[in-house]
Amino acid sequence: MTLSDEVAKTLSNVRLDEIIEVMPEADEGDLELVAGAEPVPRSQFQLITRRFLRHKAAVFSLLMIIVLLVMCFGAQWVAPFPQNKQDLLAPLAGPSRHHLFGVDQLGRDYFTEVLYAGRVSLKIGIAVGLLSTVVGFTAGAIAGYFGNVIDNLLMRFTDLFLVIPGIAVLAIALKYFGYRDVTIILVLGGLFWMSVARVVRSQVLSLREKEFVEAARASGASSWRIITRHILPNMLGPIMVNATLGIAGAIVTEATLSFLGFGVQPPQSSWGKMLSDAEGQIGGKAAYLLYFPGLMLLIIVLCVNFLGDGLRDAFDPQAKH
Amino acid sequence: MIKFIARRVFFSIPVLVISSFIVFWGIRETFDPTAKYRTSKDATRLIAEKRKELGLDRPIVVQWWTWATRFVRGDWGVSASTNGKVTAMTSRALGFTVQLIFWGVLISLVVAIAVGVYSAVRQYSVADVALTGLSYLGVAMPPFWFALLAIQFLSVEPKLRWHLDRPIFYFVGLHSTGQSGFNMDYVRHLVLPVLTLTVQTVAVWSRFQRAAMLDVLSADYIRTARAKGLRRRQVIFKHALRNALLPLVSQTAVDAGALFGGLIITESIFSIPGMGRLFIAALLVGDVNVILAWMLVGAVFVILFNLLADVVYGILDPRIRVQ
Repeated sequence: MTLSDEVAKTLSNVRLDEIIEVMPEADEGDLELVAGAEPVPRSQFQLITRRFLRHKAAVFSLLMIIVLLVMCFGAQWVAPFPQNKQDLLAPLAGPSRHHLFGVDQLGRDYFTEVLYAGRVSLKIGIAVGLLSTVVGFTAGAIAGYFGNVIDNLLMRFTDLFLVIPGIAVLAIALKYFGYRDVTIILVLGGLFWMSVARVVRSQVLSLREKEFVEAARASGASSWRIITRHILPNMLGPIMVNATLGIAGAIVTEATLSFLGFGVQPPQSSWGKMLSDAEGQIGGKAAYLLYFPGLMLLIIVLCVNFLGDGLRDAFDPQAKH
Repeated sequence: MIKFIARRVFFSIPVLVISSFIVFWGIRETFDPTAKYRTSKDATRLIAEKRKELGLDRPIVVQWWTWATRFVRGDWGVSASTNGKVTAMTSRALGFTVQLIFWGVLISLVVAIAVGVYSAVRQYSVADVALTGLSYLGVAMPPFWFALLAIQFLSVEPKLRWHLDRPIFYFVGLHSTGQSGFNMDYVRHLVLPVLTLTVQTVAVWSRFQRAAMLDVLSADYIRTARAKGLRRRQVIFKHALRNALLPLVSQTAVDAGALFGGLIITESIFSIPGMGRLFIAALLVGDVNVILAWMLVGAVFVILFNLLADVVYGILDPRIRVQ
């Protein structure tokens, strides 16, 4: 066997897709360059929607999230029992046809409780996601666009909160302002915006050097106009992905803090608080109380993460993950 | 190298100074250390006396400065709730925490690298798809819920089902009473907390490792190595893996803070008297000396991890060895 034979043999043993990163499938929906066919004009929004709809897991997750939102926020119509209604004869009855998730220590239908608690969890999660996105975008855009002093300030501020534990901030705030949902939302939002700001900042830093920004500036556009009309639309993708993942992060953070006793306080309940109340049931006959709130957390976070994936692919089909 | 380390440490000092002041101030504003004397006889006199003794009558900056100068000299004060020395409490707790972090990081790294390399080499195989699905689950799983489930299904349930005298895995502390050192008892205590610590890190790090490995496997020098007839095993482990470890090293350093924070949950649920549990107990009563000790030890830990990452980076990749 000659050397070239050997090389050829080795090469044929190497699977092509192991060596060459397979190109993402051509988006036939984007161009539709079928011979003879008229290209169909599509707007940017249509292209993004089409790409998103092709991501099966993301579409399914979106539906699932909508169902959960409707069930939790429409709990007064969906829940089989009124909130806090006690059936004192059947505390800790296991899941049945009548009580889907069983009955808790106080004789309340657990399914109903989970839906009402979900309201608090989802409300806090979504509010924190939106708040941190708006604040993070503003701060990041200003820091990235105007640079230097503000930029330095922002980065030092971010460093500070790498050291200061969020849970301590929350404990102090809850003690100082008294317990309210708004306090939790503001504190978590205040901690979450910094990562959004970092993403936005780096994006703005690269976008502001682009030719189209230069062209806009040359034709006399104001900084405000450049940021809102030229830079913002170009980074909608990363912002939306970050906002989605921020919501998932906020829901888990709230649950964890409530579990540790530093979040939602009675009579309010959230999924994390329910798990904290059910911790004593480990090994008992009512261990099912541990399963359902956690399962809801897992499902919502999983769905939100898939949604984020779908959005990223839709906005930036070339991105590798 | 030493100059580089010194500079890094030096630059983190202002952040530590400012953050310690903010937390000191916040805790002092919201928690009154003399609250416990309110119900005692002669409360007004006692409280006034204690306030003077603790220096609470002085401006907050002066109070903080007193704390800071003592802290730097190694006098970390006493705990408001137990009156014990904070230095002694911290060093005892740190022992448990270091054990958890050591095993957590070690096992996370080994599993994540193995899973990442395997999925990358067998991209899109059944195993790869299954592992990808598992990693999605691991990322979305709230760690505290996982801990509760682990106790229920790996410890309590088997004990009840098979009528065991003792559970297979314990979920309180790191040793049974009267036991110490590295033995079977220790391992049986360690499994569940370490599992809890590793779920999320393994899920994230293995995805990271997979992406890095795929990136490297498509590089030209890998094709060259394969073309000149090197064994597949040799190419994967010697040429590819060494380069594909770089991103994971920096990711590990970035996640160090999260790991230290994650101990709060793990130690609370598994009743391990480490730093996290110490911190939570202190936070509930506003025990400022303990809270600040936790925060600064955590910061030093993060700085150390980052330095370690830089050193390992230099070993793995000679091109970026620091001057």
